[in-house]
Amino acid sequence: MSEHRLGTQVGQLARRSVLRTMRQPAQIVPALVFPMFLLAVNSGGLRDTTNLPGFPTGSYLTFALAVPFVQGALFSVMNSGTDLARDIETGFLDRLALTPLRGAALLSGLLAGAVLLGLVQAATYLTVGLVAGAELVTGVPGALVIVALSVSVTVAFGTIGLFAALRTGSGEAVQSLFPVFFVFLFISAMALPLDLIQTDWFRQVATLNPVTYLLEAFRSLLFEGWEPEALALGFGIAAAVLAVGMTAASRALKTRLVRT
Amino acid sequence: MSAAGGESTRVARFRDVALAVAWRSVHNFLSNPAFLVPAVVFPLFFFVAFAGGLSAVANVPGFDFPSGYTAFQFVFVLLQSAAFGGVFTGFAMARDFEIGFANRYLLAAANRKGIVAGYALAALTRALITWAILTAIALLAGMQVGGAGIELFGLFGLAVLVNLTATLWAAGVAMRVRSIQGGPLMQFPVFLILFLAPVYVPLGLLSGWIHAVASVNPVTALLEAGRGFVSGEPVVVALAFAIAVTLPILFALWANGGLKRAEAAG
Repeated sequence: MSEHRLGTQVGQLARRSVLRTMRQPAQIVPALVFPMFLLAVNSGGLRDTTNLPGFPTGSYLTFALAVPFVQGALFSVMNSGTDLARDIETGFLDRLALTPLRGAALLSGLLAGAVLLGLVQAATYLTVGLVAGAELVTGVPGALVIVALSVSVTVAFGTIGLFAALRTGSGEAVQSLFPVFFVFLFISAMALPLDLIQTDWFRQVATLNPVTYLLEAFRSLLFEGWEPEALALGFGIAAAVLAVGMTAASRALKTRLVRT
Repeated sequence: MSAAGGESTRVARFRDVALAVAWRSVHNFLSNPAFLVPAVVFPLFFFVAFAGGLSAVANVPGFDFPSGYTAFQFVFVLLQSAAFGGVFTGFAMARDFEIGFANRYLLAAANRKGIVAGYALAALTRALITWAILTAIALLAGMQVGGAGIELFGLFGLAVLVNLTATLWAAGVAMRVRSIQGGPLMQFPVFLILFLAPVYVPLGLLSGWIHAVASVNPVTALLEAGRGFVSGEPVVVALAFAIAVTLPILFALWANGGLKRAEAAG
């Protein structure tokens, strides 16, 4: 009975979250267009880097195709967080707090929009990349794993958006997080493989940066083949971010409801 | 009152309005970390990411830039920060319209063109602060500068004109939309035109569609001239300055149209 109620609660909020995402092209379109634009620019501008000795593939497009999956996931931080912040700002969360709704249901339901966004993003990036001439050495099974990894990363990052929204209660504050996540993306093995980064401190930071391993997981499927270690690291990092994000968001929710 | 006296009064009114608007805008910028920090940190971050993370690009066959990859990227980041300094000032203008403050400017200003000039002055002040920090960090990071004083003056002169162009573009949008929701409209075209230029390698090393687009992109000439200045081997200077001077004139007309729309909207 209790499980059924929890399931109903999650389902209702998930439906609302999915509809809300679908009804806001301003959330979906930039998350699709912006990463594709950077892919086009970077794969055109850095094409000749494949001539560097030791570059792992002859196609920079294939190498760069990993980036949109991670970059797109950053948009879920903004989208999930901004939606929840708007609920806080408009008083909707206060009204929910008067109902028997469980915190876990609220957070899980809100992430349904991130799942939808992750699916749409992954399908779009992969299709555009392959049409443009990128490789996918692992074939259809690899494509399915790429979609699964993309959704996992998108949902994991979405929890950080929820945490930020619950802590600050401000959409503007959530939006200001976007550049912070871009730092993580840019100071990683985004543009070149780790062993080709010449600046020592940059290579060391990129080696410590978990985003590097998310990129390597996608890259392994695109041009290296089945690499269990790379995949385990990619999914493991997504799971760790999800666990930390959900824990932090749950605590922030409790604090906010106490304040309410 | 004589014609000369009337003219000097108009100039004085314009100046007073511009300085008052600029003072408030600069004060807001300097006193609010949410505005100040991103304006300074973003260019530094791009500089670090490009010059640090992509330094191996200098080893690509055919890459031959005498001052090295750090200086090569410094010019792009300088012009990018110039452009985004203008765009962010457009955000401030849009916010002022959204909260109704800009309407008070319109009511109070004896010369309304001075309002736009004030925001442009503020954008330039913001950019100068950013450039001072960026240049200091680049020099500390070992950037090699082959250009002499006059060439560096040319480089920063180009940056000033880019800053003015972007401010006038963003102001035109801000005064038409009169809401911060116009932010993406201000930002995205600037981002687009900047990144469709030879950002990572010289034009000669680009190929395919990006070479075709970069070849007709006016930012390419600005970048090439700027890189020529920093390396002490100036190229396409006349073309770059022709573009850099023409663009603010065109966008001044665009901003003036926006001002008229804002006035009409009350």
